[in-house]
Amino acid sequence: MAAPIRAFVLRVLSDSTRNIHHVLRCRSKYLCRRAAITARRGYSDSTEGRSTHFGFQTVPEEEKAEKVYKVFESVAKKYDVMNDAMSLGIHRLWKDTLLHIMNPQPGLRLLDTAGGTGDISFRFLEYTRSMYDRQQRLRAKSQQTPSWKDIAGHYVSDEEGPPQSRAVVCDINKEMLKVGKQRAEDAGITTGLSWVAGDAEELPFDDDQFDMYTIAFGIRNVTHIEQALQEAFRVLKPGGRFMCLEFSKVTNPLLARLYDAYSFQMIPVLGEVIAGDWKSYQYLVESIRKFPDQEIFKEMIEDAGFFRVQYFNLTGGIVAIHSGFKL
Amino acid sequence: MRGLPGAFLGSFKTSYGYLSQRLYGVLTEEKYDGRLYPSHIPTSTVQKAILAVGSGVAALKNPYRHDMVAVLGETTGHQTLIKLRDRMRNDPEGSTILLERPRIRLSTLDLSNMSALPDGTLGREYLRFLEENRVTPDTRAEVKFVDNEELAYVMQRYREVHDLLHTLLGMPTNMLGEVAVKWFEAAQTGLPMCILGAALGPLRLSVSRLQLLGQSLGLWALRNGGRARCVLSIYYERRWEQTLDELRHELNIEEPPVSLIASIKNSSSKS
Repeated sequence: MAAPIRAFVLRVLSDSTRNIHHVLRCRSKYLCRRAAITARRGYSDSTEGRSTHFGFQTVPEEEKAEKVYKVFESVAKKYDVMNDAMSLGIHRLWKDTLLHIMNPQPGLRLLDTAGGTGDISFRFLEYTRSMYDRQQRLRAKSQQTPSWKDIAGHYVSDEEGPPQSRAVVCDINKEMLKVGKQRAEDAGITTGLSWVAGDAEELPFDDDQFDMYTIAFGIRNVTHIEQALQEAFRVLKPGGRFMCLEFSKVTNPLLARLYDAYSFQMIPVLGEVIAGDWKSYQYLVESIRKFPDQEIFKEMIEDAGFFRVQYFNLTGGIVAIHSGFKL
Repeated sequence: MRGLPGAFLGSFKTSYGYLSQRLYGVLTEEKYDGRLYPSHIPTSTVQKAILAVGSGVAALKNPYRHDMVAVLGETTGHQTLIKLRDRMRNDPEGSTILLERPRIRLSTLDLSNMSALPDGTLGREYLRFLEENRVTPDTRAEVKFVDNEELAYVMQRYREVHDLLHTLLGMPTNMLGEVAVKWFEAAQTGLPMCILGAALGPLRLSVSRLQLLGQSLGLWALRNGGRARCVLSIYYERRWEQTLDELRHELNIEEPPVSLIASIKNSSSKS
């Protein structure tokens, strides 16, 4: 008798706990935790209810993309400054770690989705170029006493130039792309980079095009995450790698408390003072809380068809790098 | 209290408290889902402190960031706003304003009527001021961080009256004019943001303008700020036809000792 009632109550609760705000207000903590997990699992494949979360608010699905567009339109100019201020410069280390885990060889094609101001693409090009230089140096070292045949061979064949690594930056927001293009000009990067405006849920590329697909701090803004994962699967070549750098759940409870306090107290204030925009940065910290945790996201990536999915926690779980292969 | 009556009382208390909170919520908070007015952003004391410091630094580094000046005013002015509101309540016209909550916006102003008014009236001079300095009343930032609905309106009114004050005092929107108006406002309202602006504004003035400020303009502004009637208590929207001289007399404000706008007007109107 009690079991079906409990199941019914759980279902009612899970429908109303889409918004985690309500979860926190709920009296019965146990029911809430179970309901929250089902809600998090369930939100991705619910067919009724065309509403989703925008931070802690609930909005119709069609509106979410527009609202996210407006957020990034207004923060585009101060985006990089704010990243440095909010993360105290640590975001650079996170992005460097992503590249190190990726370890790209020269000559590969990268699709940097939600690439915005181009941080990952710039690092990718720099990494492959320095890797190519290193490989050349190693090759030269191993040929300290070449035979006359080798010397002749060098003069004839070689130097089509370094195999060109190409990065395509794709972002839905034109303001962010504008800022990125300006940065590329200022840094003097002219070759190997293209800028495409496109939606991560519907990429404007053919199947089997790219060796690497990255999405750094972008996937939590996508309305339908599974669709973005499926698109990633589609445009990758067989053998290609999917990498996602995103904010995730902190495991250590003390760090979680500090992180929450910092997020909700400091970051919107910084947004107001530096960028004049409190609401966008309030959305940012709320959207981090709404994103699924490491294990659930790993399962979502596996559902999209990727193999050997693993994740690496950085800074105690504040960010996590998920990686998977299309085989 | 123990036992069944205790449990009953306890559940009654919580349900009564819950009900009354829900009712109160229906009457006030739920209108803007937890906020007190549409542009309200609730903040903790810690956040207000950081905002005050941060906005102060940002405003000093870049005085053109009006939103930072606004945030500084909101986060530091709570006590002063209470005093201002009480001053308004004690004035009959001021209490009418607090009741009717008029807003000065392009949509509420009747521009064609105002431009048809004769020269020297408040409406005509205000429009002239807006045109010459190429500003509109709609560019004022909304109040965000004041945690009381009435005080938020007082703050908003203060901001909207600022332009009218320029007209009343005859000050342009260059640095010297702004500092003079800030001195007047500091003496009148006592808002910490005005006092800070009044103290630090002169640092950015050239020597000649500083002299002008120190010798005549500044003292005039301070003196009149102290003796004038509360400028927030004037229902400007009903006084567009009143001449500036009459209004100044009513508010107990002297004519500016040095006419900063006159030189521009003279050179263009004298033909």
